[in-house]
Amino acid sequence: MGKGVKKPFTEVIKANIGDAHAMGQRPITFFRQVLALCSYPELLEDNKFPEDAKKRARRILDACGGHSIGAYSASQGIECIRQDVACYIERRDGGIPSNPDNIYLSTGASDAIVTILKLLVCGEGRDRTGVMISIPQYPLYSAALADLGAVQISYYLDEDNCWSLNSAELGRALNEAKQRCKPRVLCIINPGNPTGQVQSRQCIEDVIRFAKEEHLFLMADEVYQDNVYAEGCKFHSFKKVLFEMGPEYSSTVEMASFHSTSKCYMGECGFRGGYMEVINMDPEVKAQLTKLVSVRLCPPVPGQALLDLVVNPPQPNEPSYTSFMKERTAVLAALAEKARLTEEIFNTVPGITCNPVQGAMYTFPRITLPQKAIDKAKADGVVPDMFYCMKLLEEEGICLVPGSGFGQREGTFHFRMTILPPTEKLKVVLQKIRDFHSRFTSEFS
Amino acid sequence: MSATRVQLLSPRTLPLLSPGRVALFLQGGGGPHRGGVGPRFRSLTSPPLSCSSSSPGRALSGLSTTRRGLPKEKMSENGMMSRAKVLTIDTMNPTVKKVEYAVRGPIVQRAVELERELSEGMKKPFAEVIKANIGDAHAMGQQPITFFRQVLALCSYPELLSDSTFPEDAKSRACRILNSCGGNSMGAYSASQGIESVRQDVARYIERRDGGVPCDPDNIYLTTGASDGIVTMLKLLVCGEGAMRAGVMISIPQYPLYSAALAELSAVQINYYLNEEKCWSLDISELQRALDEARLYCNPRALCIINPGNPTGQVQSRECIEDVIRFAAKERLFLMADEVYQDNVYAEGCQFHSFKKVLFEMGPEYSETVELASFHSTSKCYMGECGFRGGYMEIINMDDDVKAQLTKLLSVRLCPPVPGQALMDLVVNPPQPGEPSYEHFIKERTATLSALAEKAKLTEQVLSTVEGIRCNPVQGAMYSFPCITIPERAIQEAKLTAQ
Repeated sequence: MGKGVKKPFTEVIKANIGDAHAMGQRPITFFRQVLALCSYPELLEDNKFPEDAKKRARRILDACGGHSIGAYSASQGIECIRQDVACYIERRDGGIPSNPDNIYLSTGASDAIVTILKLLVCGEGRDRTGVMISIPQYPLYSAALADLGAVQISYYLDEDNCWSLNSAELGRALNEAKQRCKPRVLCIINPGNPTGQVQSRQCIEDVIRFAKEEHLFLMADEVYQDNVYAEGCKFHSFKKVLFEMGPEYSSTVEMASFHSTSKCYMGECGFRGGYMEVINMDPEVKAQLTKLVSVRLCPPVPGQALLDLVVNPPQPNEPSYTSFMKERTAVLAALAEKARLTEEIFNTVPGITCNPVQGAMYTFPRITLPQKAIDKAKADGVVPDMFYCMKLLEEEGICLVPGSGFGQREGTFHFRMTILPPTEKLKVVLQKIRDFHSRFTSEFS
Repeated sequence: MSATRVQLLSPRTLPLLSPGRVALFLQGGGGPHRGGVGPRFRSLTSPPLSCSSSSPGRALSGLSTTRRGLPKEKMSENGMMSRAKVLTIDTMNPTVKKVEYAVRGPIVQRAVELERELSEGMKKPFAEVIKANIGDAHAMGQQPITFFRQVLALCSYPELLSDSTFPEDAKSRACRILNSCGGNSMGAYSASQGIESVRQDVARYIERRDGGVPCDPDNIYLTTGASDGIVTMLKLLVCGEGAMRAGVMISIPQYPLYSAALAELSAVQINYYLNEEKCWSLDISELQRALDEARLYCNPRALCIINPGNPTGQVQSRECIEDVIRFAAKERLFLMADEVYQDNVYAEGCQFHSFKKVLFEMGPEYSETVELASFHSTSKCYMGECGFRGGYMEIINMDDDVKAQLTKLLSVRLCPPVPGQALMDLVVNPPQPGEPSYEHFIKERTATLSALAEKAKLTEQVLSTVEGIRCNPVQGAMYSFPCITIPERAIQEAKLTAQ
């Protein structure tokens, strides 16, 4: 299209990736002010910048070698930032202590997730480490497991119950896996990707209990922790629930929790900011972890600086507070509205069933495909939901990801769409998909 | 030499990545791990373990029950049974344990402790700890290039584009970068291979640097520092088992990223010694010796060279580079050229020649066949922007199918940090004569490089006056690697302390 080729649409809408800024979401002004001040400290003399921004920039620069974000930081991340992260976690979790020494800053959450998986993989043949991951899942996990030669143990989320997790299914998956590998890890994404479910507190307790009984290392991917929309849903961090379950659990269950600057209300994917908190890690293993991350020197310092602002945003008494809250609230409210709208519209389409988008940034509706379409896809050597998505792209210029990319129960089909396009554009996208779906169904009936 | 011969790195010799495949991972390096950095010989002969511990003849002495998959129960003080952890030193990834990275190793850890003690008021025979261990210029007081930071500020906070204190050339570069970003924001993910306009600028930089030898932007991959690109390439190259396990030739002395990566990937490290008597130059005969020996226990596939060198600082002669290329061609080795110090050349008579340029000037017999990856970074040279983690690699003559695998591999990590990509764009596309920032830019760049040249000379000069220290000329890079004579008694004492 950039070359002038005519299509049935005027633009390609990339609703495939959780990239908010690419879809027009604005960055948080305060954050970018501080980053500009850190990049070019001469601006500290510029009275266009508010004092609270300058104060944070100075604090960050003072913590950098040579007062420059161009210096390497400590491999675990800038110390005062790790302290700020720990404070954030304590506030978020109602006062449960967080030790900065258990915080590792990372190059996005993906980096930390892969690092922990790397530590956990050992053994050979049937003793090879098995890692439980949800189906559907965010395909970083399956990719990392393939790369590391670990064994993937799939547990199915319950589509009929709003993609919730149940222990019986965890038990089933685990017992089956014991015959072919050594299960050691349980990964959970909450709020979920691609499914958007926000697990109940009860469910989180059940998962922790299961992990303890079955001697599993827990990995809690919580990058969408601020993206909670549905009535009655609330984010409970695994860390908090673990500690509220008492020392029998909190002093034994080994866990790593992950967060990032890429999602929530910030959407700063390109900065590759993130952290993990490790709980109850063996001190010798921790030393190995510290050694391992030192080989790559350090995570990008601009991303570390950004993370510092995320965990230490303007406070009520500060100049930037009001506009910061306004921007934050606007972003989250828009996402909540789009989540609701998406569920509403998709559920009006015969052949599309859409669970409530409780949180995160995606919808993962189930699509019913006519048998003829399924047959045609197979004849073309393509998975049916891929066939559907390719056709949608060619006919409407809408880019989604087929459910097969995330995993789904045999015989079911889905797609993942982000709820990130601006509301008006999203409405158009939803209508086009609705129309496409009926056309598709007719064409292959 | 046929131009159509099968490539070294082809889908047949590349470990395929496919989601969900049950692990067929077998501990590679079933032969001995030769190589310099002291990995202990691992017993790799244990067959796959079954859950039963009663099988006879299993040589599992010394293994705890945790390794056999049974949680070790232990009695704690109050009589309660407590289990060993899931993740212990015995049950963690064994290759990670073999990794060592001295640049941030035990001495540095102690240095950080000492700094802390000093700041708490403890008395020491010194007033500050001087960190001369790591190639971090800004940490040691070097100033960033003004123009670069102006553009980065503009990219971070585009409202500044209306600020008259910023020069026009900075603004125009910022606009160009932002226009290539999703939603005109540095906060958007970029393409996994890197922002296209930046890759185009990198390609043009390479062409200018190499006297017009063409560069295809499609062969440029932006990376999270050069380390990221290096590890990615090594990952692609590692395959095979036992005596067919991939071997990678690295210089001794080397930058320990290489040995660390090889340990983690369970590749075989093949050491070739640089010639200290001849200013750390590379001898082909030594390459040959190392290779021939290595062929007995592994499958040598790659040859890594750092030029200018780290830690040795040597700048290889053009002839030497040609010899290395010829050697790689003859012995069918994938060449990895780490050129992050390419602007750091100080000594009279020394000049940086990129491997790419020399390869192409050697004619199609080489330029169409030798597989090469060259690496560069924003961390060194005159920029010293380590914290931004900017870098790129240029891939020459890579098999198309493997290139597709490379692209797929990179996509899992989404993209390199966008601020680092923006910075790389400025490094390869700096102010030009006639532009407002040009003079100031050149002044800063020249000052930094000449200060380094002066310090290189001073270092060699002063250290050479010390009896018991022999210092080769610091021809380039950022380090001196003098030879120190240690008294026998000190050596003995060190050995005792190590026990």
